[in-house]
Amino acid sequence: MAKRIDVSGLTAYYGSHKAIEDISMTIEPRTVTAFIGPSGCGKSTFLRTLNRMHEVTPGGRVEGKVLLDDEDLYGAGVDPVSVRREIGMVFQRPNPFPTMSIFDNVAAGLRLNGMHKKSELQDVVEKSLRGANLWNEVKDRLNKPGAGLSGGQQQRLCIARAIAVEPKVLLMDEPCSALDPISTLAIEDLIGELKERFTIVIVTHNMQQAARVSDRTAFFNLAGVGQPGRLVEIDDTERIFSNPSVQATEDYISGRFG
Amino acid sequence: MSTAAVVTGKHAGSLRGARLPKWAPLAIAAVSIALGLGISAAAGLHSKIQWALIAALLHVVGTYGIAARVEGRRQAKDRVATSLVWVAFLLAVVPLASLVWSTVRRGVKVLDLYFLTHSMGVVADSEPGGGIYHAIIGSLEQIGLATLIGAPIGVLTAIYLVEYGRGRLAKSVTFFVDVMTGIPSIVAGLFILSIMLMLDLQPFGFAGSLALAILMMPVVVRSTEEMLKLVPNELREASLALGVPKWRTILKVVLPTSIGGITTGIMLAVARIAGETAPVLLLVFGNPFINNNPFEGAQASLPLYIYQQYSQSAGSPHAFNRAWAASLTLIAFVMILNLAARGIARWKAPKTGR
Repeated sequence: MAKRIDVSGLTAYYGSHKAIEDISMTIEPRTVTAFIGPSGCGKSTFLRTLNRMHEVTPGGRVEGKVLLDDEDLYGAGVDPVSVRREIGMVFQRPNPFPTMSIFDNVAAGLRLNGMHKKSELQDVVEKSLRGANLWNEVKDRLNKPGAGLSGGQQQRLCIARAIAVEPKVLLMDEPCSALDPISTLAIEDLIGELKERFTIVIVTHNMQQAARVSDRTAFFNLAGVGQPGRLVEIDDTERIFSNPSVQATEDYISGRFG
Repeated sequence: MSTAAVVTGKHAGSLRGARLPKWAPLAIAAVSIALGLGISAAAGLHSKIQWALIAALLHVVGTYGIAARVEGRRQAKDRVATSLVWVAFLLAVVPLASLVWSTVRRGVKVLDLYFLTHSMGVVADSEPGGGIYHAIIGSLEQIGLATLIGAPIGVLTAIYLVEYGRGRLAKSVTFFVDVMTGIPSIVAGLFILSIMLMLDLQPFGFAGSLALAILMMPVVVRSTEEMLKLVPNELREASLALGVPKWRTILKVVLPTSIGGITTGIMLAVARIAGETAPVLLLVFGNPFINNNPFEGAQASLPLYIYQQYSQSAGSPHAFNRAWAASLTLIAFVMILNLAARGIARWKAPKTGR
């Protein structure tokens, strides 16, 4: 079910500004890959190019290739909508739909894509909420608004919403940065479970988090202000945190940065 | 400490300063009004506006003087700012309250069920009796049709501008919407009239609706645009990231989130066109008989009825009474619309469940 991602020579722009340059990497199925690096180095931009969300920003465009099991996401005739059904995304700030109940939030992706049978929806909603470790907390109030949950619960609701459409890959853009340590722990545990079924890519500013949850870690950096961000190195998380091959990575991880 | 001495004046070194008692502003206001009345009486001024202005001026000056003596300069400035806000508030509310009061007082004289359910068909303008049924029908039909045309076009234009519009086309649409906002209603009426004359048509209700729709559209576009801009981008991205096409995202996520505000905007636009007289006078002409068909023959409408009762009755008190009653009906209609809009906005507002 999970799929592999192969990126080669990817460069992304905002209008005439080059945000990231010439990035190549391979992300294996059923692994967690963490992106670390200083603010503004293009981690989030790169993440958003992986499911064609980058082009939603006015002026955003991409050069290079992103292969999802040998199929180029940026090939001619590829519909960004079907790409996003394969590659789901969880955002930095929890963003449940404010007009919808908890149930409707999870069912949103399916319903908006044309599934309407009540019994099927109920099954998927329960399965997704269980998958996001939220079922026990909300099973008695599925018809209450999703915005009434706590921040951590809202973020797990967003994860449930993302996995309800059964994507092959799940992208997470700093999913814990707005959450307290307990909710963060809940989500990190969840990531460990989800990687059995999905390929997961997570952007994080929290080095310990990268070390805890990921199998592989990619370090991004930029040469200077106004320069595009680059991939410095990607390697097994253990190696990155114990014996990285590039000095800049070690400086960043050990806090001797800049 | 020398700085503390400067700040608090008499009470050097203390955080507490002298305060005027709570009733002081009211007392100053009462004294100012009494003085204003007294000065007016002494000087033989008869205008109510004059003594009110004198009282307002005395209030502001008096507040500053007294507060500056007792509390110090900074608090005095604060009190002057507060009293200026109050004066401005009263200046705005007094005309409104007096307008509502005089409309209600004169309007209720003939306003009853008979008045609401009968037309002016066989009643001469100078005689008592008659009613506004034909005008209510005309108003409802013309406003309803105008809303059916203006609201969807306005909302769709706003959706284009916010969700899709880039570059020159969007800029020029925005520019022309701004220009349309400034179109005087009589010009919109003349525009439709020129078409009517070209096609050699007689006045009818729908022609009025077209002119009203032109007046309504820019208001709807502007308010809807603002409401759509308030929808956080994160919601759009969340929906797009689920693999939902953009048009469905707009239909199922963006519009439901902002529907309360959009409805309020439409209702306010309806309230704005409900009182338009000029284009209706040109295009619908007015008709003392009941005409249920907006597509053929002259119709009446409430603002037009008020105007004609006032201007064409040669000063008959009965016609004046009817005009006031119709005004009251119109104000009530607009007020009910506004309340309905507020209700819908509250009902549809995104809920937190807490």
